[in-house]
Amino acid sequence: MQTSNTSGDVLTHEDSVASRGWGRWRRIRIGGGFSALVPYLFLLPACAVIGAFVLYPMLHAIMASLTDYNMITESRFIGADNYRMLMQDPFFWNSLKNTLLYLLVVVPVLVIAPIFLALLVNRSLPGIKLFRTVFYLPVITSLVVTGLIWKWVYEEQGILNYFLLSTGITDDPVAFLTDPANALFSVMAVTVWTGLGYYMVIYLAGLQSIPRHLYEAAEVEGVSKWRQTLFITIPLLKPSIAVVAVMSSIAAMKVFEEVYVMTQGGPLDATKTLVYFIYQSAFEEFEMGYAAAAGVVLFLLTLVLSLVNLFLLRKDR
Amino acid sequence: MKSSPLSIALRYLGLLCVALLTMGPFLWLLSTALKSGSENIFAYPPSLLPEQPTLENFGRVLDSQPFILYLKNSVLVAILSVAANLIFASLAAYPLARMKFRGKNLIFVVLLSSMMIPFQLLMIPVYNIAISLGLQNSYLGLVLPHACTAFGVFLMRQAFLGIPKALEESALLEGLNRLQIWWYVLLPLVKPSLATLAVFSFIAVWGDFLWPLIILDDPDYYTLPLGVNRLANTFSMDWRLVAAGAVFSILPILAVFVFSQKYFIEGAMRGAVKG
Repeated sequence: MQTSNTSGDVLTHEDSVASRGWGRWRRIRIGGGFSALVPYLFLLPACAVIGAFVLYPMLHAIMASLTDYNMITESRFIGADNYRMLMQDPFFWNSLKNTLLYLLVVVPVLVIAPIFLALLVNRSLPGIKLFRTVFYLPVITSLVVTGLIWKWVYEEQGILNYFLLSTGITDDPVAFLTDPANALFSVMAVTVWTGLGYYMVIYLAGLQSIPRHLYEAAEVEGVSKWRQTLFITIPLLKPSIAVVAVMSSIAAMKVFEEVYVMTQGGPLDATKTLVYFIYQSAFEEFEMGYAAAAGVVLFLLTLVLSLVNLFLLRKDR
Repeated sequence: MKSSPLSIALRYLGLLCVALLTMGPFLWLLSTALKSGSENIFAYPPSLLPEQPTLENFGRVLDSQPFILYLKNSVLVAILSVAANLIFASLAAYPLARMKFRGKNLIFVVLLSSMMIPFQLLMIPVYNIAISLGLQNSYLGLVLPHACTAFGVFLMRQAFLGIPKALEESALLEGLNRLQIWWYVLLPLVKPSLATLAVFSFIAVWGDFLWPLIILDDPDYYTLPLGVNRLANTFSMDWRLVAAGAVFSILPILAVFVFSQKYFIEGAMRGAVKG
């Protein structure tokens, strides 16, 4: 505010002093000079933060992936060696496999199940707001706490096994997190549990933007409720579905906290995801260059997913 | 649209089932946190309700870990982060929505593309930058890397685009400068979007774990998620204490949520429509 007031003063002062062409030109230069700066000043804080903590580190990460940087010895340029080593690292392939499996299972569930949830709460019934609130609770709980809660629920003698045994669904207690065959799916269930309410709200917004009169017309024509859902609701929900597909796949690519708290990547690396692999390489083994290379792979995968998303959104318009 | 009593009953049944699914684990946690030391928490069949409900676990948690300090850290970091996000994003959004200047499209595209970069790729260089700026073990170090997101800029830009230009022009004629227009004219009109951004950034910073885990090694700066994790590592066998610590960390955000749930859900819906 202060600066622009001063510049206003300069303007009026110059006005009275100079009426010749030269002075006029100078006046425009000075006045234009400051007002031309204004947009950049507004942008400065945001660009500084994003530049310093996103864009510059991004370049830095790509450079580091071409070195043997390890925080101890002097780092040397080693070209594509890290990437070559990644390609031959069974642990990397295992974590990539786990991450892709994560995508394949979690994304379809998180795209479809919240639609039903949104349809369920998209009615003005007594108490419906309370239900919406309750369904949203897992979203606001921090993932570390969520992971701990579920670790306790999954205990061999825990509440979930008690439920399964007493209802006769299983005969023996399930080793949810300690059996390599189950562990990844148990962790996935937690990701789904956390995401349900979040994506429900996105669908709820989509549902409420569907014009009422479409349903009224269908009602007059005697179209059943199920067919209305199938032929009006679902097609018109497509933009929301695309948004949820993208958001949930990017989220699935980044799974970390659940794994860190519940299994530490075990048993037998069954739950080691790509991000967990990066974390371990960087901050437990201090192979920073190697971890950066894995990070670049993660970025490329995210990029591909985002492009697929853009393509889907285009198709809808 | 009229519904038969049967379909309404079925709907409530479905609602209750889902509610049990989402609330069940929380209730089990609460029940464990209230069980006394003499009660076997691994008993089979498990007792859903504590035999003698007690608050002693909470006392023991507070004795062994400075949870009040963690809470203070979490609140402080959340307030600073949310404030920074609101101010920086809405400042940057104003010229992007309303002014003509060189490089506008380039800046906008670069900002947008930064949304796609996963933090996990950046954590190593960001860690190095933070160390070289002396941000290790400081509140500034926790806040600064998340002080502004491209998502926030995008959300606020959309909000500003929806305001009639005439309002701004008349304000210019009355002699207000751009900063005054931003503060006195535009911001009051985009309060709902500010609330949305506040909610999103609050949830993100309150639950953040990976960044604090990397940048902090002094427990004096721990936020609640790190505190709960530390508690779980210390008392991995005593689930009563872990549960009590978890309950302790959930209560504050639950209070905020219940108090302002309108903003949470409506805000998230608005974010969904715009974003």
